[in-house]
Amino acid sequence: MERSEQQYIELYNEISALIKQKSCPVMNAVRDDAFRAFSSLGFPTRKQERYRYTDVSAAFAPNYGISLSPLDITESQYIFPISSAPVDLSGYYNKAADPSDAITALNTALVHDGILVYVPRNDSPESPIQIDNRLLGNLSTMLNRRLLIILESGAQATVIINDKGWEHTPDVSFLTTQVIEVFCKENSSLDLYEVEETDQSCSRFSNVYIQAERYSSVRHNSITLTNGLTRNLCDAHLIGEFANIVLNGCVIGSDEQHTDNNTLIHHVAPDCQSEQLYKYVLDGNSVGAFAGKILVDKDAQKTSSQETNANLCSSPSARMYSQPMLEIYADDVKCNHGSTVGVMDESALFYMRQRGIPEVEARMLLKNAFMGDVIDKIPLRSLRDRLFVKIEKRFRGEAEKCDTCRLCK
Amino acid sequence: MGEKNSFVKSVVKKKYEFGFTTDVHTEIIEKGLNEDVVRLISQKKGEPEWLLNFRLEAYRYWQTQQQPSWAHVTLPPIDYQAISYYADPTAKAKNSENKEIDPELMKTFDKLGIPLEERLALSGTAVDAVMDSVSVKTTFKEKLSEKGIIFCSISEAVREHPDLVRKYLGSVVPYRDNYFAALNSAVFSDGSFVYIPKNTRCPMELSTYFRINAMNTGQFERTLIVCDEGSYVSYLEGCTAPMRDENQLHAAIVEIVVMDNAEVKYSTVQNWYPGDSEGRGGVLNLVTKRGHLRGVNSKLSWTQVETGSAITWKYPSCVLSGDNSQAEFYSVAVTNNHQEADTGTKMIHIGKNTKSTIISKGISAGRSQNSYRGLVKVSKNADGARNYSSCDSLLLGSNCGAHTFPYMDIQNNTATVEHEATTSKINEDQLLYCNQRGISTEEAVGLIVNGYAKDVLNKLPMEFAVEAQKLLSVSLEGTVG
Repeated sequence: MERSEQQYIELYNEISALIKQKSCPVMNAVRDDAFRAFSSLGFPTRKQERYRYTDVSAAFAPNYGISLSPLDITESQYIFPISSAPVDLSGYYNKAADPSDAITALNTALVHDGILVYVPRNDSPESPIQIDNRLLGNLSTMLNRRLLIILESGAQATVIINDKGWEHTPDVSFLTTQVIEVFCKENSSLDLYEVEETDQSCSRFSNVYIQAERYSSVRHNSITLTNGLTRNLCDAHLIGEFANIVLNGCVIGSDEQHTDNNTLIHHVAPDCQSEQLYKYVLDGNSVGAFAGKILVDKDAQKTSSQETNANLCSSPSARMYSQPMLEIYADDVKCNHGSTVGVMDESALFYMRQRGIPEVEARMLLKNAFMGDVIDKIPLRSLRDRLFVKIEKRFRGEAEKCDTCRLCK
Repeated sequence: MGEKNSFVKSVVKKKYEFGFTTDVHTEIIEKGLNEDVVRLISQKKGEPEWLLNFRLEAYRYWQTQQQPSWAHVTLPPIDYQAISYYADPTAKAKNSENKEIDPELMKTFDKLGIPLEERLALSGTAVDAVMDSVSVKTTFKEKLSEKGIIFCSISEAVREHPDLVRKYLGSVVPYRDNYFAALNSAVFSDGSFVYIPKNTRCPMELSTYFRINAMNTGQFERTLIVCDEGSYVSYLEGCTAPMRDENQLHAAIVEIVVMDNAEVKYSTVQNWYPGDSEGRGGVLNLVTKRGHLRGVNSKLSWTQVETGSAITWKYPSCVLSGDNSQAEFYSVAVTNNHQEADTGTKMIHIGKNTKSTIISKGISAGRSQNSYRGLVKVSKNADGARNYSSCDSLLLGSNCGAHTFPYMDIQNNTATVEHEATTSKINEDQLLYCNQRGISTEEAVGLIVNGYAKDVLNKLPMEFAVEAQKLLSVSLEGTVG
């Protein structure tokens, strides 16, 4: 069998000139190196520790067309296309990303433009910044998305990224690669939300890289409501003292959905805090995977880190992999992780049925409450309320019918 | 601060207590590994054709494999041709008229606290003493055979109970299992064979003591324990080696078969030479241990105290095939100086209503690296499976590392799997409390560590628990500062 990477190598050789022409110098500067890195790395196999649970090669095997159409961005004070950035990006672009990750390299090679969210010193946008990615049309397409978020010292921002994809014609499938680089300077604070509502025909490979400096605070929420194949990687590096990172995620799986969350929290500087909470509810034949590593360097004393992964398999053919890891080289730390895979509390179900709540409804309530732990942690009230409604609808199998809210418009 | 510095100064280079060598005539075969060596080992042991073929197949498979590198240890390159695969310290006695055991050997085992004369032995423990590649003596064999229990070296078992050995050898750990299992299957020498017949409770603890003595040799022992329906046995394993500057290779296989309603308790106190404080020498302990719970209501319990070895690569595992079977894994792993340990367990739930418990305590000091690596797998038909895992790591000093790599693979929606892990250092309040009461910091650390490991030490048989407690304090000596 021909290796899947071959068609991308050929594609690049064919269209790199065109991409470069549509792109900008800061992106072109790293493009060829990224392509060489990709050609030598090839797609990761399941033998690689961080890709154990997702067959990348198979997802990239079909022949997709590539989209090079310009981005539709409502420019504002804070949002720009990378190609017309108001600041010099050469110190940021592709600097947080992991050069040894093949998917990041492929994205860097093929992406022609991206979005920059730039919040100047001590500034904060009044309302959340929303980025909608809508997968529509009648051609199978590969999309390479790039996002750069820079918060200068003292800045504050909330960014919501919404993936939607059920408005396309049948028999069409989409493959998305996404690389998000986040730079949070001293005392800055970022809330980043990713909500995925796509369908069986969509594959998504998202790599998020976060650099948190002194006293900064980053919160990343990844919510997978409906999807096809999803692989979310999040690498967070706490490079300044007293930085704080929270990674939360919830996944609802049914049918043949596959969701793989892979996180790394790297404590480089001392006195930092990190917290992770990932919850999965799996139904049908869905597969869930969570692998999270907390890496504490020798100098990162007084680290406090907590990692929790709780899962509910509610059908006999759902499958869950959980792999919470600690790698610790400093002695004055407090690191915990916990992971559970379990069944619904029979006594709680019984209690509700005694009080006249039908079993189906009782199970629904328990599932909602289970997910509630993650959603409750979202500080943005309008989003929190909206997600509660969406999750309940999702469990009832009505997700697509939501058409009243701003998020779904 | 003064207090702290005085401890740094007082770092005592505690000698490894069992580091002496025995001067005994040992017949060692030529270094190197090839098919002829495999044939020679087989011939020396007078083995039947089927076993030679088993060895040869394993050897051929091993040649096609690569040494694994996924463990969190820095395994030095091993030159498999620079090792001698068979060393027999009893050869002289075998060739002469006098079949008595060489008094030097007797003395060695006396010194190790393992008297080979039955009248001197601790009551209630039968011992199989293995030095290098050969079993020196098995005590209380006759007494055990009255009950139908077979306890002897595996070479003897091959000669006297070939059917049993043939039926079970390689049935739990096939030679294709992994690189080191293939190597062991090709060149294994002595180890113990235990067979407990139906409805028998073994009246005494069975024990094997492994000793590496000769230079540039490896020990490749193989232990096979079969516990038939309704029976019970408690088996202990201990090991030491002399101090040498080169690494010594130890690649063992332990296979345990547990039938209906039977129970096996397997305890190890591993005290191979850990290398010196600079990280020179020490035993490379690369072993495969696995139990197969074939019967309903069967039970297997692994308890291990790992204090020795330069490198430990060891995952005593359980395959829970029988319905309602139960497995337990209790481990304390202590690493100091440059030691590296990557140890844990695999619990594979296949039968219904199976239950497993994992309690692992890691203690790292000096410049050592200590990792827990474990797998809990619940397969599709394992309805009602239950697992509880708890892995705690304690760090003493800022140059060591403690890591946890648990893997969970759940395919059944009625399973309940819990895992929790913590990493921390010794609580300063506890230290202060002890200091206030006139207990020195070093002693206080010893107390706290012993308390921390108590969950596991409590599971050890009495004599072992005392030894393990002593070992813990010795291994950690000089780590406070």
